[in-house]
Amino acid sequence: MDFGLSDDQRDIQRTARDLLGERATFARVRATIESHPPPGSSDEALWRELCELGWPGIAIAEQYGGQGLGTIELSILCEELGRTVAPVPFLASAMAACVIEQAGSQEQRERWLPGLASGETIGALASASDGTAELVIGGAQAGVIVLVEDDGSGRVLSAEQAEVTPFAAIDPTRSAARVSAPDGAGEALEDGCPGLGRALVAVSAELVGVSERALEMTVEYVKDRKQFGTPVGAYQAVSHRCAQMLLDTEKARSATAQAAWSADANPDGLAEAAAMAKAAASDAGREVTQGAIQMHGGIGFTWEADVHWLYKRAQIDSALLGGAGRHRARLAQILAERVAASATA
Amino acid sequence: MDLTFSDQELAFRDELRAWLADNQPGEKPSADAGDDAQFAWRRDWQRRLYDGGWAAPAWPREYGGRGSSQSESAIYFEELGRARAPFAANTLGLLLGGPTLMVWGTDEQKERYLPPILSGEEIWCQGFSEPDAGSDLASLKTKAVKDGEDWLVTGQKVWTSGAQYAKWCMLVARTDSEVAKHKGLTYFLMDMDQEQVQVRPLRQITGEAEFNELFIEQARIPDANVVGGVGNGWKVALTTLMNERAGLGFALQIRLRQLLDDVIAAAAERGLLENALYADAIAELHIRCETIRLLAWKGLTDAERYGQPGPEGSLVKWLWSDTNQRATQLAADVIGPEALTSGTGWSYELMRSRGNTIEGGTTEVLKNIVAERVLGLPRLKVAA
Repeated sequence: MDFGLSDDQRDIQRTARDLLGERATFARVRATIESHPPPGSSDEALWRELCELGWPGIAIAEQYGGQGLGTIELSILCEELGRTVAPVPFLASAMAACVIEQAGSQEQRERWLPGLASGETIGALASASDGTAELVIGGAQAGVIVLVEDDGSGRVLSAEQAEVTPFAAIDPTRSAARVSAPDGAGEALEDGCPGLGRALVAVSAELVGVSERALEMTVEYVKDRKQFGTPVGAYQAVSHRCAQMLLDTEKARSATAQAAWSADANPDGLAEAAAMAKAAASDAGREVTQGAIQMHGGIGFTWEADVHWLYKRAQIDSALLGGAGRHRARLAQILAERVAASATA
Repeated sequence: MDLTFSDQELAFRDELRAWLADNQPGEKPSADAGDDAQFAWRRDWQRRLYDGGWAAPAWPREYGGRGSSQSESAIYFEELGRARAPFAANTLGLLLGGPTLMVWGTDEQKERYLPPILSGEEIWCQGFSEPDAGSDLASLKTKAVKDGEDWLVTGQKVWTSGAQYAKWCMLVARTDSEVAKHKGLTYFLMDMDQEQVQVRPLRQITGEAEFNELFIEQARIPDANVVGGVGNGWKVALTTLMNERAGLGFALQIRLRQLLDDVIAAAAERGLLENALYADAIAELHIRCETIRLLAWKGLTDAERYGQPGPEGSLVKWLWSDTNQRATQLAADVIGPEALTSGTGWSYELMRSRGNTIEGGTTEVLKNIVAERVLGLPRLKVAA
């Protein structure tokens, strides 16, 4: 067994971290938000640069203009973007592309994927209930929207075919909208929406990045902040909370790594792995960012400190495509089916 | 990234599975049969492993093992767990004593002690913790004083499992009270067959006595039984402690998985999988079970492949112990009063699991280790 990344994958990770470390600092994120009031800010220059580097198409097949790499490479970029909460619509487009590529007809793929790969078209993917999705990240800018119902059926629509109502979500680094698709609007996708597993891996990876950054900031802060003549990180109430944050993050990380690997190498295991990843990563995102605010004390509760951007991103991501509870319910179903199958075996 | 086993590892696993299929451990003796029956079962099992060449695959060939890789060793423990085999009677010798001697022992010591560890002829126990020295092991007080060619040892040890059957005790004692506490310790091999060592069973909350207290009154240890040199006991003890978790952990994880599968089956029988609360709790335990395994393998293979140990080592025991407690508690809800009835397997697992967060490093200490050594947080200086 080998949990390590290949040399090429490490290069992608290092390049991404260096680039975003320069171009998506918290100061730049804040400047973007302040100069682009809600709903939803975007660092246009950064997005253009990422498009030129081929990021949006990283896991889209080369025949559609993508780079033809895999889910692991996609999850690496998602994790780096999560670390920085960069104000770009990468995740939204990547998730839409995951489903269109595997659940779309040849014609649908040819129509939508090249634009998603180049970044010319922004995509969005969301869970819908009877044709209405209450939280669609990227919805306001999207040219193509994919809606997935609970029963596994899915539709792809152009923006014009849907009723898109932007709203200001608590996370201003991305646009949000309510999307309603009238009966019969858009085109059906393959039942069961293959590709959804990969989309879940993408958002889970972003949550791992958010959690990891929140923990890093927290550790740095509690080493530095002194009260009663000592760094507060020396108190066990603080250090034990940090240890718990690490455990939560590593639990999410390994579940997400397994899901990313499964997407490319063990498709039969993906449904279960993706549900585990999304559940673990959603819980971690919330718990770790809440812990980060708490461990920063009063400062953590201010707009001026940077912790809250991570908290808000985690809140949104943990709700996308179903929260932890929904995915645990899905897992329980899988386990129940397994018991039933072995009973009849 | 590749989360499959290599061809070599699969061949190893399949060879062992085939052997286990032909050499089933048999039924665990019931609790009524008593401790001796349990131990006899484990001793017989070790004999069969030994005869089959499977007692300690991780040992180098020159000492009777197969020179297996760490991954193969982990597979070995997973498969034994899967076969619901007991831990071999001399597990402490096989996993702790033997490997400690391989690092710190003289050639004479290795020649004398390793073969009977492997065969199970000489059972080993561990004399580390004391009533006043648990988490703060370095503060231990058992004292060894030089007397001619021998050492005379006096003191008290606690939590010594298997002492009533043991021939040799890995004993850490204080040989120098003038220096810093962890610098004045020496690691001995103490012969348990002497009147000066009294073994008293330590009854635990489950009713039986896995562990013992040792009352040592001027026990005699020849100088040749010092391991690693006088005053070097702390370092030698750390080698022992490091091995404590490594192998057993993989078997314990599989046992947790089996327990969870039994809970799921029981829940299914009672229609509880359709109950949202039970479904949610079971799914969360499943996630934890799977991630424990992933973290354990990640920790092992990252260390093997990249040399650097990551955070996983400390995290795995913590997560496993907490999860096992949750699983046995949920089992009580699913099973009902049978899990609260004396003498049942479920009630045993429920009560025994309380020890998981204490033995082998309390969760509180593990969190300190994670905070200090992984996250680099400072330690609070407590005024003496």
